[in-house]
Amino acid sequence: MAASGNDTVSVVERTRPIAIKGGIVAAHFLGRIAAFVLGEAAIVLVAPDGEPRRVATHDGAILDTIADGGRVISAGDDGKIVATGADGASSVLARDPQHRWIDHLALGPDGVVAWSAGKTAYVHVKGEAKEPRAFAAPSTVGGLAFFPKGFRLAIAHYNGATLWFPNASGATPEKLEWKGSHLGVTVSPDGRFLVTTMQEPMLHGWRLMDRQHMRMSGYATRVMSLSWSAGGDWLATSGAAQLVLWPFQGKDGPMGKTPRLLTPSGHRIDVVACHPRTGVVAAGYDNGLVLLARIEDGAEILAKKPGDAPVTALAWSGDGGLLAWGTESGEAGLVNLG
Amino acid sequence: MSEQTSPEKIPVTVLTGYLGAGKTTLLNRILSEPHGRRYAVIVNEFGEIGIDNDLVVGADEEVFEMNNGCICCTVRGDLVRILDGLMRRKGKFDAIIVETTGLADPAPVAQTFFIDENVGRKTKLDAVVTVADAKWLNERLKDAPEAKNQIAFADVILINKTDLVSADELSDVEARIRGINPYAKVHKTQRAKVPLEAVLGRNAFDLDRILDLEPDFLGDDHDHHHHDHDHGQDHDQDHGHDHDHAHSHSHGGLKHYHDEEMQSIALRTDKPLDPDKFLPWVQDLVQKEGPNILRCKGILAFKDDDQRFVFQGVHMILDGDHQRPWQAGEKRDSRIIFIGRNLPGKMITEGFESCIAK
Repeated sequence: MAASGNDTVSVVERTRPIAIKGGIVAAHFLGRIAAFVLGEAAIVLVAPDGEPRRVATHDGAILDTIADGGRVISAGDDGKIVATGADGASSVLARDPQHRWIDHLALGPDGVVAWSAGKTAYVHVKGEAKEPRAFAAPSTVGGLAFFPKGFRLAIAHYNGATLWFPNASGATPEKLEWKGSHLGVTVSPDGRFLVTTMQEPMLHGWRLMDRQHMRMSGYATRVMSLSWSAGGDWLATSGAAQLVLWPFQGKDGPMGKTPRLLTPSGHRIDVVACHPRTGVVAAGYDNGLVLLARIEDGAEILAKKPGDAPVTALAWSGDGGLLAWGTESGEAGLVNLG
Repeated sequence: MSEQTSPEKIPVTVLTGYLGAGKTTLLNRILSEPHGRRYAVIVNEFGEIGIDNDLVVGADEEVFEMNNGCICCTVRGDLVRILDGLMRRKGKFDAIIVETTGLADPAPVAQTFFIDENVGRKTKLDAVVTVADAKWLNERLKDAPEAKNQIAFADVILINKTDLVSADELSDVEARIRGINPYAKVHKTQRAKVPLEAVLGRNAFDLDRILDLEPDFLGDDHDHHHHDHDHGQDHDQDHGHDHDHAHSHSHGGLKHYHDEEMQSIALRTDKPLDPDKFLPWVQDLVQKEGPNILRCKGILAFKDDDQRFVFQGVHMILDGDHQRPWQAGEKRDSRIIFIGRNLPGKMITEGFESCIAK
C-alpha cells in the first residue's frame, strides 16, 4: 500500500531494464556481473553496462543454484552439476551416473559442493578425486546447508534433519527430529541455530546446544525464500503479506519472541534478500513489486513497481551497490545504488 | 474467482488401477494418439517400462503426513518436488499424467493439489481415472483395500479387458463398481481403447463443473442412500476372510450390489438450507469422519440466497464457493453425496436434515 503513495522514496529510475527470454528462477552476483538463472537450459550474465550473455548450462530444467562470488553452481534435471564463471566459461563438476534429477545444492566455505538426488546426499571431499561420499537419507532430501566451518552438512527430510560429517567416515550422523516434511534448511551464520522450512506454512528451528525446539508459524503459504541479515541478527522470510524477520541476536534466538513485521501490503512476498552489509532487506512480491525495507525502523524504498508477473529472483552484489531482480515472465533489472 | 487463473494452469490426470489392469496400456494409448498435445509423464520408478514419451519422470510415491494432527491429511512429497521442477519447463508440455502404482492410494495425490499452494497455483487436478480388470476386479475388491479405494475415489473408471469375460460377468463387475461408486463415468474397454476426451480434460475437480450429482447409470436407483447402514457392525470382524461381503439384489432387471465396507450416501432436500448451520455441520463432519470420507460433493440452495453454492472435498479438505445464480424455473433443491468407508448414514442424514432453515 505504502509503495503506491507519492511520498515513498523510489530508486526505480536507477534501474537498467534487461530483456531476458524465459522465466527467471534465481539471481546471483559474480563480482559486479549479475547472473540470472533461467528455469531451463541457461544462465544469463549481465555486466552493469554490458550486453546480456547467455550461457547454456543444462539440457533441461535448472532445479537449484548457489554462488560463491566467483562462480554459479547449477543443478539440473539432466543429472549435471555445472560451474559457470563470470567470463561465461562453464564446466561440469559432477554427473549423476543414472541421469537422475539433481534437486539441491550447498556450498561450503572452502568451495566444497554438496548435492542431492532423490534420497541421497553427496559431497566431494577435498583431496579425493574419486567417487563422492554419499549419505542415504530416510526419505527424499528436502534441502542442504553447510555449517559455517564446512565440516558438517545439514540435510532436511521427512520428520526432521540429519547433521552429517562427510569427512569423518566413522562419525554417526546426528538426527534432529520433528514430525512433518522439511523442504529446506539453513544454518545461522554463528552455527548455533538450524532452521527448516516445512510443507506446512511454518518454519521449525532447533537451538543446537540443547536441541530446544522453535516453532515459527503464522505464514499464509509455504516459506520458499530465506535470507540472513548482515551479521546474522535476523532471518528474513517470504510466505506472508509482510516481511517477517525473526530475531536471532540473543542466546535464545527467536524463542518466546515475536518476529518483526515490515512492509505490510495486500500481496504475498515470494522472495527475500538481505543486503550484505547493512540492515536492509529487499522483498519481492507476487504482484511484481520490489521494496527495500530498513530493519531498524521499517522505512521503505520502492525498487520496482508492480507488474504482470511475480518476482522470482533477488540478489545483491557483494558490496551492496547493485540489486538484481527477475520475474517469472522473464523481466529483469539491475538497480544501481552505488 | 478461479476463472481468471485456471486457463494457464496445467491439467494433471491421475491414472490408478490395480497391478496388471492396463494403466500402462492406457497411458501409451493416450501418448500415441495423433492429438498434437505434449504430455509430461510421471511414472513410478519401479513401475512397468516401455513408455514412449520425451518427458518421463520417475517418482517414488512418498506419502507424507501433514504436521497438523490429522492422519488423513497427506501429500505426495515426490509430487511437490517433481511438479515444481517440471513447471520450470512450462511451455514444453500441455498436460501432465501421473501414473501411480497398483498399490497407491489416490487421496494423497489429490490432496497435494489442495494442500500445496505452490503446486495449486501452477497446476490443477483434472481427474482420477481408474483402470479396472474386468476379470480380476471382483477378487481384488475382496482382498485388496487399495483396489476398493481406487474405485471409490475415481471420476472415470475403465472396465478393461472385457473380452476376457462373459456378458454376465461383465454386468456383475459393473454392478459391484456401482455399489461402491455410482457417480464415476464408466467405460467398458478392450486394450484400454477409449476416446481421449473420456479420460482427459474432465475438469472433475473444478467447482464450476459440478453440474449434476445424479448417479451415472440408467435405471431406477433413485434411492441408493436408503441402503441399510446396520450391516457394518455384524461384519467388522470378518474383513479379510474369504467370503463375499457384497449382497446382491435386483429390481427392474438390473443387478445391484451393496458393498459392506465402501458406500455412497446421497441426500436431497427441496427445502432451503441454513448456511449458518450447514457449513459448520459439514466442517465438523469431515473433521470427525474425514479418514473415512474419500470424496464428497454438493450443490446447495441456501435460504435467501439467489446463488447456487457448490462444494467438494477429499477426506478432511473442503473447497466451496458460490457458483452462479439459480436460473428461472430451475428447481432449487440441495443435493450432497459422500463416498466412503463405513459411513454413519443415520448420523449424516439426521445432521443434514437439521440444517434445513426454519
